[in-house]
Amino acid sequence: MKSQTQMDFSRIDYYPTHQQHGYRFRRGRTLPFGATVVPNGVNFSIFSSAATSCTLVLFRKHEREPMVEIEFPREFRVGDVYSMIVFDLDYEDLEYGYRFGGPWEPRIGHRFDPSKIVCDPYARVIGGRDVWCAKPDWDDIYQHRARLAFDDFDWEDDRPLEITTNDLVIYELHVRGFTAHNSARVSAPGTFAGIIDKIPYLKSLGVNCVELMPIFEFDEWENSRQHPETGQLLLNYWGYSTLAFLAPKAGYAATGRLGMQVDEVKNLIKQLHQAGIEVILDVVLNHTAEGDHRGPTISFRGIDNKNYYMLTPEGYYYNFSGCGNTLNCNHPVVRNLVLDCLRYWAADYHVDGFRFDLASILGRDQNGAPLANPPLLESLALDPVLSKCKLIAEAWDAGGLYQVGSFPAYNRWAEWNGKYRDAVRKFLKGDMGLVGEIATRIQGSPDLYYYRGPAASINFITCHDGFTLYDLFSYNEKHNEANGEHNNDGANDNNSWNCGAEGETRDDSVNLLRLQLMKNAFCMLMLGRGVPMFLMGDEVGRTQHGNNNSYCQDNDLSWMDWTLVQRNSELLRFVTMMIHFRRANPVLRAGAFYQGRDYVGSGKPDISFHGTQLWAPDFSPGSRCLAFLLCGKHAQDQQGDIYVAMNMYWEGLPYQIPAPRAGECWRIVVNTSMRAPYDIFEVADAPSLGDRQEIIVGPRSMMVLVAQACNPSA
Amino acid sequence: MPLEMSASTEGKTARLNLSGELDGASAASVRDAVDKALQSRPERLVLAVENLTFMASAGLRILIFAKQKQPDLKIYIVKPQEAIVDTLQKTGFYQSVYIVDRETEELKG
Repeated sequence: MKSQTQMDFSRIDYYPTHQQHGYRFRRGRTLPFGATVVPNGVNFSIFSSAATSCTLVLFRKHEREPMVEIEFPREFRVGDVYSMIVFDLDYEDLEYGYRFGGPWEPRIGHRFDPSKIVCDPYARVIGGRDVWCAKPDWDDIYQHRARLAFDDFDWEDDRPLEITTNDLVIYELHVRGFTAHNSARVSAPGTFAGIIDKIPYLKSLGVNCVELMPIFEFDEWENSRQHPETGQLLLNYWGYSTLAFLAPKAGYAATGRLGMQVDEVKNLIKQLHQAGIEVILDVVLNHTAEGDHRGPTISFRGIDNKNYYMLTPEGYYYNFSGCGNTLNCNHPVVRNLVLDCLRYWAADYHVDGFRFDLASILGRDQNGAPLANPPLLESLALDPVLSKCKLIAEAWDAGGLYQVGSFPAYNRWAEWNGKYRDAVRKFLKGDMGLVGEIATRIQGSPDLYYYRGPAASINFITCHDGFTLYDLFSYNEKHNEANGEHNNDGANDNNSWNCGAEGETRDDSVNLLRLQLMKNAFCMLMLGRGVPMFLMGDEVGRTQHGNNNSYCQDNDLSWMDWTLVQRNSELLRFVTMMIHFRRANPVLRAGAFYQGRDYVGSGKPDISFHGTQLWAPDFSPGSRCLAFLLCGKHAQDQQGDIYVAMNMYWEGLPYQIPAPRAGECWRIVVNTSMRAPYDIFEVADAPSLGDRQEIIVGPRSMMVLVAQACNPSA
Repeated sequence: MPLEMSASTEGKTARLNLSGELDGASAASVRDAVDKALQSRPERLVLAVENLTFMASAGLRILIFAKQKQPDLKIYIVKPQEAIVDTLQKTGFYQSVYIVDRETEELKG
């Protein structure tokens, strides 16, 4: 209880009308949902359409038995909303939940169970998993405990950065995995605070956006098990299984044991912003941690199962997520929850954008059918609070809906471009018949996003899901045995190539080829229109030893090994310089598609395609070669034309190069067939081609030329 | 170890000596003391915490409360133990306070 003196500080806007077990309370305010601090008390408000009773359950922090249970009087319910203000609570020492009475009739969708204490869907802090991997008290009657959050963080003048989408370079990282490895040498390994120690690294690398894999509260112990053969503990490491949409993962916070995860996340975002780096959250709004009908009752199932989930006519759960259940996103109440959640993260955490896991689910109706005009997606696109946030869809789901290029975008949504990934992977490993598609993908995929512009295309070759870049060129097959599922999990269509040896090898020629292909990959990624994204550690050749689905591997297999920064310094140097090259050349990042014509009177089209012969791109099925010329005069502040030659054939080939403008010479800025330091140069230091009219592009390599004023001494 | 607290004001400096553990249960009394100290609108709030071994989130929120209540207030934390500094840093609060090793004459009022 608060002291009398403390109560006297505040205005008395509300006064108690009821008393029970020594606790004073009154009718609450229906909105906002959740637990809100009001003068002298806390307003609790929650929705349930079919409950017959609702009881507020209050705990002192960490105590096993409730300190009080207060049933909402009938008159405290308005419509389907139960609300109550309880006075004189100690905000810092409070945990709360609810019990709902109602029918247990799964066939018509109801699964009420008043013996269970359920968590508030609007909870902003969750206790119970405060320290990562600390063994839970399994006998606790309330495992995931809602707590209050306070809106008192000192942001100073911070605000979302609002970097133009096409200027982003996105770095996808796992909060824990980024610094958990011994080699990270940070003050708080595996935490939000740990990332702060690595901001100088990110800044030096040149990325200006980090995409954090899920940080909503989840239970790392969900489906935890020991590997039957190795005994290795397997956890829910990735966290694609949300417990509460508004609560940050306590176990990712060094201060989680103090309940200060909210402040730690905000501090991380503030520090990243100060370094010019945006923060995008990977949000899992398509399903919850409650699984199917065999899963635990944590929250939604015990509050309003029928409305929160998509159910079959028999009352079972539709499973478009592949995780047991599917959130009923286009039910108006659920839709508002999603909107409120994202507005909260945007406004209170200054988050710059969101990547939506299995976003196609958000476009399904309450029976699972795809909607032509999904109200949730439209609402998100046009929401006033979210209007400057990046919205990025993973435009497919586990139910077979694949909407890359056709996701309902409302001129706002971008997409993870899965077609870019697939085509570029095949091209890089030397498959035939890809040249035409590559020409399209390099332009930002106008075939898919013509009306949206290239910023709609998030170009990626690797992400958390699948091989790392190193493994993409080191394994023909996935090797997921460590997951304990007999290698049946994870994708089989990896479009990978092991360069001649499966896995680690001492064969220098194989290792050199892998290095070269990784350079090719980054070269393609940074030269294309659209928004490049890559996975943490790819810049230093991080391996998962062929595991393409490391969702349960909380160990060295998944973690960033920081010794690679030294060991693979050649690749890191190359990637860093490629990123800086992209950021220094506006023609690569423009917000509009190339038109293939000269619309500024420069004498050259903005983009032109070539082959080994000028003006003769080879789009035939057997081709593996493509070159293109970007006219610098078609982009503001661009210095010089850029010529790119790609040769994915296994032998070196001569390429005719366009004549530079009068007084200009080509400089070789990139040649991936060379070792450092001759693989990439600053433009000013790059060797000049003089008056040569042809270059030899090495086997499976790329060259980038930049036109600059001829320097007689060069 | 229970919290022990003493408060004083000299000139423009309000001072709190805290030792023991500042947990959720004891935070209310500290907050009351801070609030009382702020009534004289001091320029500085000095928290002598050399023997404070633990500070829960409730304790940290008192600092924010003080700063919000009087934005021009300079908060000095004298000789905090490492764990407390660590928490202040990880949550970003250290930017709003001055952490010092000893009390200078100025801080003494």
